[in-house]
Amino acid sequence: MRHILSLLLENEAGALSRVAGLFSARAFNIESLTVAPTEDPTVSRMTLVTSGSDEIMEQITKHLNKLIDVIKVIDLNDSRHIERELLLIKLVAKNNNREEIKRLVDIFRGRIIDVTENTYTIEMTGNGEKVDAFIETLDKKIILEVVRSGISGISRGDKGI
Amino acid sequence: MGKAKEILRGAEIFIRALKEEGVKHVFGYPGGAVLHIYDELYKQEELNHILVRHEQGATHAADGYARATGKPGVVLVTSGPGATNCVTGIATAYMDSIPLVVFTGQVPTHLIGNDAFQEVDAIGITRPCVKHNFLVKDVRDLAKTIKRAFYVATSGRPGPVVVDIPKDITADSCEYEYPETVDMRSYKPVVKGHPGQIRRAVELILSAKKPMIYTGGGVILSGASEELIEFTRILGYPITNTLMGLGAYPATDKQFIGMLGMHGTYEANMAMHQCDVLIAIGARFDDRVTGDLKKFCPYAKIVHIDVDPSSIAKNVPVDIPIVGDVKHVLRDMNVQLKENKTKPDAEALKRWWDQIKEWQSIDCLKYDRKSKIIKPQFVIEKLYELTKGDAYITSDVGQHQRWAAQFYKFDKPRRWINSGGLGTMGFGMPAAMGVKLAFPDAVVACITGEASLVMCIQELSTCKQYGLPIKIINLNNRYMGMVRQWQEFFYAGRYSHSYMDALPDFVMLAESFGHVGMKIEKSNNVESALKEALAMKDKLVLMDFITDQTENVYPMIASGKGHHEMHLPPERELA
Repeated sequence: MRHILSLLLENEAGALSRVAGLFSARAFNIESLTVAPTEDPTVSRMTLVTSGSDEIMEQITKHLNKLIDVIKVIDLNDSRHIERELLLIKLVAKNNNREEIKRLVDIFRGRIIDVTENTYTIEMTGNGEKVDAFIETLDKKIILEVVRSGISGISRGDKGI
Repeated sequence: MGKAKEILRGAEIFIRALKEEGVKHVFGYPGGAVLHIYDELYKQEELNHILVRHEQGATHAADGYARATGKPGVVLVTSGPGATNCVTGIATAYMDSIPLVVFTGQVPTHLIGNDAFQEVDAIGITRPCVKHNFLVKDVRDLAKTIKRAFYVATSGRPGPVVVDIPKDITADSCEYEYPETVDMRSYKPVVKGHPGQIRRAVELILSAKKPMIYTGGGVILSGASEELIEFTRILGYPITNTLMGLGAYPATDKQFIGMLGMHGTYEANMAMHQCDVLIAIGARFDDRVTGDLKKFCPYAKIVHIDVDPSSIAKNVPVDIPIVGDVKHVLRDMNVQLKENKTKPDAEALKRWWDQIKEWQSIDCLKYDRKSKIIKPQFVIEKLYELTKGDAYITSDVGQHQRWAAQFYKFDKPRRWINSGGLGTMGFGMPAAMGVKLAFPDAVVACITGEASLVMCIQELSTCKQYGLPIKIINLNNRYMGMVRQWQEFFYAGRYSHSYMDALPDFVMLAESFGHVGMKIEKSNNVESALKEALAMKDKLVLMDFITDQTENVYPMIASGKGHHEMHLPPERELA
């Protein structure tokens, strides 16, 4: 089953490689991983999407907690949460398909953020499924470049991590 | 008003910090990146530096010191090859949760990443086999980092910590103040066990009809032998130790039924298989202990006490997990056991012990004591008798290690020093150096084989320089015995590259390093030779015992088999 883990970790050189190294050394799977400093510059927040049985998730969580640089780990699946991913995509957009693309972008609530004679660059946010759906809707031949940020997640409600 | 703080150079801070940590011995080898530090070592006398002959030897010696004393072992090496040569020793300590602090020199900060001379990414290389590592990038962080390194290495589940120090940091200066305490928001090891879990565990333990206590290296690391002995005696239950846990419970006690696992006793493994409640304490369900997991303890409810939550339910599902320091948890359990009105079921226990005694009567460790060719087991039994079971025994890896574990009965913790997890050949002799340094008056013997011994043979030179009269018991069968055994059992006797055709003359070898060498070829000379060697208290004696080439370690659980599917010695094989 897919799980979204949210981590607070020391914003130190090497902290990221400790997490990444743990996953490769113990043959755990990483679907996506994003990390950036928080409002406290000494702390980074990481969102990590992984999958595994309950037993494997238990081991992943325990091993992450064991890393000295990791301050806190929560599994967002344990409560109601929101996930978002940013998509940047560059498409061939010539006279005959410019309107069609524009309409699709509107339907998916994206925005065209760069325009040339031959291309559109589009930004869009949403959960992973929405981003997948948008990409699938497009004709593969017009896709020049796809950049996905990976999932960022946060829990709903009053409580923080 | 506090007094003005001293301004010190990084190298001076290093020395001062080690003294603050109470370090007595540093095992090391100099080189370009650590020369400032070595210059400061030269100017002082409190810290005793042991110059090894290869950095691997430094890590094993520091490791042996740590295992025997419970204090962290300290290593100082240079950058590049100095650091890479340490990796085997660091991984050895990591697998067995041994506290080491390894200082590696690094090229100056402005050269890091430039492929400078003797540069290697020591932090990157060691990351998977350390508890934690630090790169010091500012001299003002040096004292704090050293404090943290010792704290992390020795607290919680112990382990090795690497501190990588670029050369310019050791030349830079700053105000020196050694922190008194450590507070790391991301590292708070659990000590006390959860009272509710302990209560539930006690209830389950007291309800057992066929109980089994299985303990590992965690009991020794936690210093919980006394508590374990009390716990076991209150209950009257049988107890087994893992290879790493030997000595935590007295091996000569009647409740001890031997080591378990791949080469454990018949009775210990059968009791594991049949038990209805398994009490696992400071053990990690290693594959060499469990055999095939699908066949592991099929009838048992399991209580597992461990300081490391990730050890719990890693390989085997557990009914009652207790996270905490074994010593604290056992103490709390003992109080509850004494207060509890329920007592162990005496009748069921008697039936259980009767069954165990029947298994014991098979005498699974029997070998030919009358053999004229030296049996390796015989040498270890004689060593045990002559040292009255009170020696520190280090070992390498292979058949000799298992025989040492089976035939030297350890009654005290920290006497049995071997590389259980990583299985590092070459560990024994340098580890014995570290032990001898810690306990100069004790008998320290390294039980080894000719293949393991030569892997770190250069340390004979270190032993000479520092006068470390260890006794080396070389069980020389001219084979990598355990490899040969597997090839005999599982590869139809195709002894592929397990035979050493050009071994040194070990007597001359010892003598060339300035030590005493002895060659023993007949069983009836074993005892007198051992007596003679042990009487030479101030000499390192390398005893080359020419042993039976065909002897195998029994019992044995082949891979894919369960505890109840052991091979016994050929003449005792059950139908």
